[in-house]
Order: sequence, then C-alpha cells, then structure tokens
Amino acid sequence: MATYSTNEFKNGLKVMLEGDPCSILENEYVKPGKGQAFNRVKFRNLKTGRVWERTFRSGESLPGADVMEAEMEYLYSDGEFYHFMKTDGSFEQVAASEDLVVEAKDWLKEQDKFQVTLWNDQPISINAPNFVELEVTRCDPGLKGDTATGATKPATLSTGAIVRVPLFVNEGDVLKIDTRTREYVSRVR
Amino acid sequence: MSSGDVWRPTASLRALAERSDFLARIRSFFGERGVLEVQTPVLMRDSVTEPMIDSIAVPGYGYLQTSPEYGMKRLLAAGAPGLYQMGAVFRDGERGRWHNPEFTLLEWYRPGFDEGAMMREIGELVDWLLGPANYRSIPWQHLVAGGFEGDVADLAYAQACEKLPGRCFVTHFPRAQAALARLHPDGLTAARFELIVDGVEVANGYHEAGDASELRARFEADNVRRMELGKPGIAIDEAFLAAVAHGIPACAGVAMGIDRLLMLKLGAQHIREVLTFPL
Repeated sequence: MATYSTNEFKNGLKVMLEGDPCSILENEYVKPGKGQAFNRVKFRNLKTGRVWERTFRSGESLPGADVMEAEMEYLYSDGEFYHFMKTDGSFEQVAASEDLVVEAKDWLKEQDKFQVTLWNDQPISINAPNFVELEVTRCDPGLKGDTATGATKPATLSTGAIVRVPLFVNEGDVLKIDTRTREYVSRVR
Repeated sequence: MSSGDVWRPTASLRALAERSDFLARIRSFFGERGVLEVQTPVLMRDSVTEPMIDSIAVPGYGYLQTSPEYGMKRLLAAGAPGLYQMGAVFRDGERGRWHNPEFTLLEWYRPGFDEGAMMREIGELVDWLLGPANYRSIPWQHLVAGGFEGDVADLAYAQACEKLPGRCFVTHFPRAQAALARLHPDGLTAARFELIVDGVEVANGYHEAGDASELRARFEADNVRRMELGKPGIAIDEAFLAAVAHGIPACAGVAMGIDRLLMLKLGAQHIREVLTFPL
C-alpha cells in the first residue's frame, strides 16, 4: 500500500492511523513564520466512527488504507454471522459479525441493500439506507378517521424493530421509515 | 467549478478593489513620513539560511527571494534613509488556509527606531488599514510554557497565538529564535517581535543585529540544523555580511503579510479569496 505525505493529505483520503483505517475529514496547515510547519488533521475512525484529531510535522507520512464502499444485499443470518452479497454482479459475499450490525439490525430485511465499508475486503461498518419499507407485524387495531391528531402508538415491524406510528396503521401495512430518526414517513400499502 | 471556469480569478472584484486601496494607503502612509519606496531583485543569487524557510531554486540563477531583507539592508549600509518595499516573495511548500507559496510582503526599515518605536508605527499603519483598535504586548515566555524547545515550542507558540484575541505584539523571543534581531542586555532574549491580529501572525520585526561575526555564527548554526533535518545547505550571502560589516545604521525593520491583512479586513476564510490566480 502507498504511503501519503502530509502534503498529499486531502479530505476523504483513507489512511491507517494507530492500527485503524481512517478517513481524513479536515487538514489544516499551521506554521509560525520562522518555525516548524505542522498539519493538524481530523480523521474519522472508520471502525468506530469516532473523530480523532492529530498533529503531524509537515513531511511526515501515513500508510494508505485499502478501504472501499460497496453496495451489498443482505442475504441471511446464520445465528452468528450476517451475510451480505455484492450487487455489482460479482456475487462476492462477506460475513459480518453481530457487533457490526448493531445499528443496522433493526432494518435488516432480506434482499434490501446496505452500504458496507470494506477494509482489506473485510466489512468494518454497515449502514442502513436512509429509508426502508417494512411490514407491520404487530400493533393495536387502527382507528378509522383519526389521521390528523398526531397521536401515535407503538408498532412492531417484521425485523423486530418497534417504532411509533399514527393510530390509523394496521397489522399487515407496509410503512416507509426514516432509519436516521426511526420516524414513520408514510404508509406504502 | 466547471472546467469552463478555470480561467476565473479566485479573488472577488471586491477583494481586488480592497487590495488596490491597501496599496494606495500604504504608499500614502510612507509617503507622508518620507520613507523611500525601493525595489530590490526578486531573483537572488543567495538566499536565507533559516532552517524552517525553504527557498525556491531557479536553476542557473539562484533563488526566488523569501523576503527582500538582505537587499534592503545593503541599501541601508549604502546610506539610504528609511525604506519600504512591497512585492512578491516565495516560500517552498507553504500552502494552506493562511499560506500560499507566493505571497505579498510589505517590508520596511527605520533608522533610529527601536522595537518600541517600530511597534508604534506598525500599530498606526494597521489602524490605517483595518481601523483603529487597542494593542497589547506579551512576552513570548508567557505564551509558551517553560522548557519547550525546538519544534515543540513552535507548535505551542502557534497554538497559543491562535487563541490571542484582538491585536497583540509578542515580544522577547528566546535567543535561539533571534533570527536577525539583536539580543537584549539579558543575553537570553532577542529584540524580535510579532504582531498577531485576531489570532493570525501578520508581522515579524526586529531591532536589527549589527554584528557581522555574530550573524555569521547564526547562519552557520542554521546550516548545521538544515543538515540535521536533511535539507540542503545554503551558501551564506557574503555580500549581505559584507554590508553588515561595513555598517548598517542602528534601525528597526519589519515584514508584514499583506494578503493576511486583506483576509482579516474582508473576513476571508482562505487566502485564495484575496489572490487572483494562486497555484
């Protein structure tokens, strides 16, 4: 893998920092007129999502990280691993451990597509699409005509996720959900 | 920016107008004070030995100037009165929000001035360009925690300056960072100062050193440091040292970054906003 000097740093560059793959978020050049030059860099740790700030002497370098984003289809869970397949026609599959799907788990529906970050061809993060469509498997019966009060009730979706929905929703309805806020968007059918 | 727009300047028309006004104001400021505008060569046979300033070499000729300091001091040695110069200077590898490899420096020298007189005149010029404000001064040692040396001190200094509000002179640089300033009688600090405006370094000045043998020793130490850093050595500018040996009047001098002052005036977020066609 190539190494990158501070003068090649730019936003989005993927590098290895303290053993973890990171993406550069910000790179600021700092130099007193007659003093040593530094680069103050903000990274997103691609494994944990945390933001790290580090300062380097200008001219120092970091190894590149073999990181790529791929759209992958969720296939199934074998109880231990969650299996995804590339949608680029290669049919390549990866297995993600439970801790990688903690956040996406509520939205994992077979054949839905997820953004998978691969480091050295291994998954390190799995992101649900912003919107998913899921069937309601359990909720109290719908109340006809009550569409405008803003009152809500809990509903269990086919993935096991529980979200707040309007009172008119019935079991068997398919709902569009915003995965970022867990909010009901609309009834699809 | 689409490829059809590659010819466009990165500076707005407002920034061009403000730069024009700055240059006119600077000329009127020095004109009223009887300070002579001069031009010394941008293309120099010799360059500075400063370990942390990298010159751009021009094969067959020498270097693009990193500042007009040596030429202007040779004019002072020849008997010239107070001098100022505005022009392009070049520093290899300096690129960022507040840096561009080519930038505009205003440099001036005032025979008979010491640090205090020079800082007052700088304040008057900055007031004339940015509007009046108060000035504070703070010794370098108060900004940088004790014991730091070398590049650790550089980083601590840079970070401390970023947090300085308003207009502030940093004075009494440590002897190791004297550059071309004379030493104070304490022998530990140098008559070097910087002006920080809203956290940004805009000027660096000295009560100038006048001892050629001491300057030669500093240049040789610079080259030792350059070797340690794996940088090429720079031949000492003998014409400059000969001018110092001939005698430069006791004076103070300062270099001021015009692009940064323009940025502060305009509230620009990146130096390219005040440059026409930065590389």
